[in-house]
Amino acid sequence: MPIGSVPPKYKVTIDNDLCMLCERCIENCSYGAFRREGNKILINSRACTGCHRCVAMCPRDAIDLEEKPVDYRSHPIWSREAREAIYKQAESGKIILTGMGNTLEVPPIFDRLLLDACQVTNPSIDPLREPIELRTYIGKKPRKLEIKKNAQGDIDLVTKLAPNLKCETPIMIAHMSYGAISLNAQLSLARGASEMGTFMGTGEGGLHKSLYPYQNNMIVQIASGRFGVNIDYLERGAAIEIKIGQGAKPGIGGHLPGEKVDEEVSKTRMIPLYSDAISPAPHHDIYSIEDLSQLVRSLKEATEWKKPVFVKIAAVHNVVAIAAGIARSSADAVVIDGFRGGTGSAPRVFRDHVGIPIEAAIAAVDEKLNKQGIRNEISIIASGGIRDSADVTKAIALGADSVYIGTAALVSLGCRVCGSCYRGLCPWGIATQREELTSRIDPDIMYKNVSNLINGWTLEIAELMGAAGINSIESLRGNRDRLRGYMLDENILSVLDVKTVGAGA
Amino acid sequence: MCGIISVIDRKKNPMDGSAIREALSIMNERGNGEGSGYAVYGAFPEFADYYAIHVFYDNLIEPKTAVEEELEKLGMVKHEEEIPTFEQPNLKKRHIPWRYFFKPNVMALGTTASEEDILVYLMKKVNTTIPGALIYSTGKNIAIFKAAGWPEEVADFYRIQDYEGYIWLSHNRYPTNTAGWWGGAHPFNLLDWTVVHNGEITSYGTNKRYLEGHGYVCTMHTDTEVVAYLTDLLQRQHNLPAELAFKALAPPFWDEIDRMPEKERILYSALRMTYGPAMMNGPFAIVVANSEGIAGITDRIKLRPLVAAEAGDRLYLSSEEAAIRVMEPAPERVWMPRAGEPVIGRII
Repeated sequence: MPIGSVPPKYKVTIDNDLCMLCERCIENCSYGAFRREGNKILINSRACTGCHRCVAMCPRDAIDLEEKPVDYRSHPIWSREAREAIYKQAESGKIILTGMGNTLEVPPIFDRLLLDACQVTNPSIDPLREPIELRTYIGKKPRKLEIKKNAQGDIDLVTKLAPNLKCETPIMIAHMSYGAISLNAQLSLARGASEMGTFMGTGEGGLHKSLYPYQNNMIVQIASGRFGVNIDYLERGAAIEIKIGQGAKPGIGGHLPGEKVDEEVSKTRMIPLYSDAISPAPHHDIYSIEDLSQLVRSLKEATEWKKPVFVKIAAVHNVVAIAAGIARSSADAVVIDGFRGGTGSAPRVFRDHVGIPIEAAIAAVDEKLNKQGIRNEISIIASGGIRDSADVTKAIALGADSVYIGTAALVSLGCRVCGSCYRGLCPWGIATQREELTSRIDPDIMYKNVSNLINGWTLEIAELMGAAGINSIESLRGNRDRLRGYMLDENILSVLDVKTVGAGA
Repeated sequence: MCGIISVIDRKKNPMDGSAIREALSIMNERGNGEGSGYAVYGAFPEFADYYAIHVFYDNLIEPKTAVEEELEKLGMVKHEEEIPTFEQPNLKKRHIPWRYFFKPNVMALGTTASEEDILVYLMKKVNTTIPGALIYSTGKNIAIFKAAGWPEEVADFYRIQDYEGYIWLSHNRYPTNTAGWWGGAHPFNLLDWTVVHNGEITSYGTNKRYLEGHGYVCTMHTDTEVVAYLTDLLQRQHNLPAELAFKALAPPFWDEIDRMPEKERILYSALRMTYGPAMMNGPFAIVVANSEGIAGITDRIKLRPLVAAEAGDRLYLSSEEAAIRVMEPAPERVWMPRAGEPVIGRII
């Protein structure tokens, strides 16, 4: 039974008095929302995804875009999204796919945590006059140092430290694969990260040879599909990350459609041209924690114990025990991805309903590892919904060593979070492999957006730390005394181990 | 703002408490009469092998009975007495200070424990579970005198001129968060360690969590106790030499480390990476003592003052040179230690 169309999501209009018929909107819209007939641009609003490419490129500001021009009868339970999902599935009988992060209207805990500043009893520190240190070492640390005094009375260090990643800022760029995003997007991110002395992840898409110049700042990923993995790949990376799960879709695998697997993607992933790249839900050689531990050791052996190995998991209910298990392997860092984490493509039901917020996961994992006396021996990298420098600062104060940013890094390349990545038509040239679209990103120019963003956040974190009288990031890490909870209930406050606003020292 | 002054006689010649009373009082501008205290090493030669457990009792009924039950379970009390006090016009006996000379029984807990472990267990137990009792010192041959009052009042309350020792530490307090609480006055002691501190530790949350992960429990509601525990962890448990342990608390900046010769660079990088959570941030000048000596350290950008002076066998550390000159009018050398640079005076 046909049920007709749902109302369009956006209504696009052009002010014909302003329009000069330059057709940039037509050129730029890969979804085909614009066409020209005679001396007029005609619009198919239904094709619009709200990506703003036309708005951004219109030289006359002639384009206007309105969300939900026709709405449904309001209802507190039967939201527009709930109804439309049913229409869609009644028609298709399939799983609903989405892109980007969770859209549930639950306030982020970050927004209900407030940072501290000094007044009178201790001086705030001015980052323009005094050093504020953000350098962060990611990797295994010894429990204690063994020291020996030699015959000359000098101190000799007996303990040998495991290799660590030296990050000049606690902000790293998350794993987004070549395939999921374009090579030009990856090149911009890689160069931006390298400029800032930090790192980015390859995702599970191999390492394209044009990224080799940045390999010292790249973390190579091993996920369940093992795409692009060989010894050369492992040896090129600054570190290796085993991806078990992802915050946007915990417990399930991934699927890169064959049409995105063009020649370069196919070579980099080491799979046949135009074949679907399917990453299974579990790694087929990891069915238990001891299997994981073996893989960690195998990777270390293969690379002669010269590379830190990270393990990435989604923040699920039992994240604490899982992280504690990982901490007992030879892994150097555990990456926790919260339920707001982004994705190129995930079933809507997973993206919105599976997993827990990163804030609670950081606090709980940090607490458990601390109770076991091993917190400082392994690093915690947090990700999933980090939007600004305040989120980074709060994540570190809750107990993270550093963060990964994914969506935020893409937004610095122009992404408008329209959530249509899975369609492969990204007009910003990010989540697409079509050359006419990917060529919209010139890495030699756009890398600067990425390094600017990281630099701006880094400066803000230094200001926040200085205001709190802290001149080194180690003294912020896990310093929950410098956070207060605002409009959070007692249970969450107790999980976060944060006092309420108004509570003194 | 607080004032501190400490002195060590490196040949262990005894000094009585009258001079340090004068020195601390000259810094009354730095305090507000709500907390002062003194510590002296070598105070109890007749009980030198026993742990001198100091307790503030709110009354002598329930808390004292409960504490003594614990003492009996955990070892043997050689001698006990109320600490002699002499009320001053503005300083009344709000708490009853008591001291026990105690020998722990290492078998008492049934686990592999050292004498120190028993003392730490006792202190944790009493301070967290017995209301009206606070153990504020547990060291051998160490006496602590503290209360809410001006330096001269507290000195006269305990008559510190009657005590002698080779190390004295003292503190003149301007409290902000635990005003008027005797337990909040400095010095703080844990076993052989005693600390006086001027400042505020902005990394307290991080330091406290790190210590909790290593079995310490912070019970004094003040940031100063972390100094004693961190010193204990790094020097007693991890056997780091004093200089290096203090460098872990106030380490060089990375850009200094990057410029060091290779061997040093590796050592200091390792120190910062391993002991990052032990780094203390915020403004502080601290004197830490144990029976072997005293050490003064300041934060990495020296937001609190510390002056050092030497005269013969004596090393002085103080917030102000004026206070040192009250005790020693003609020191041979007076200097301002650099930020984060420990000054250490050991017995010889």
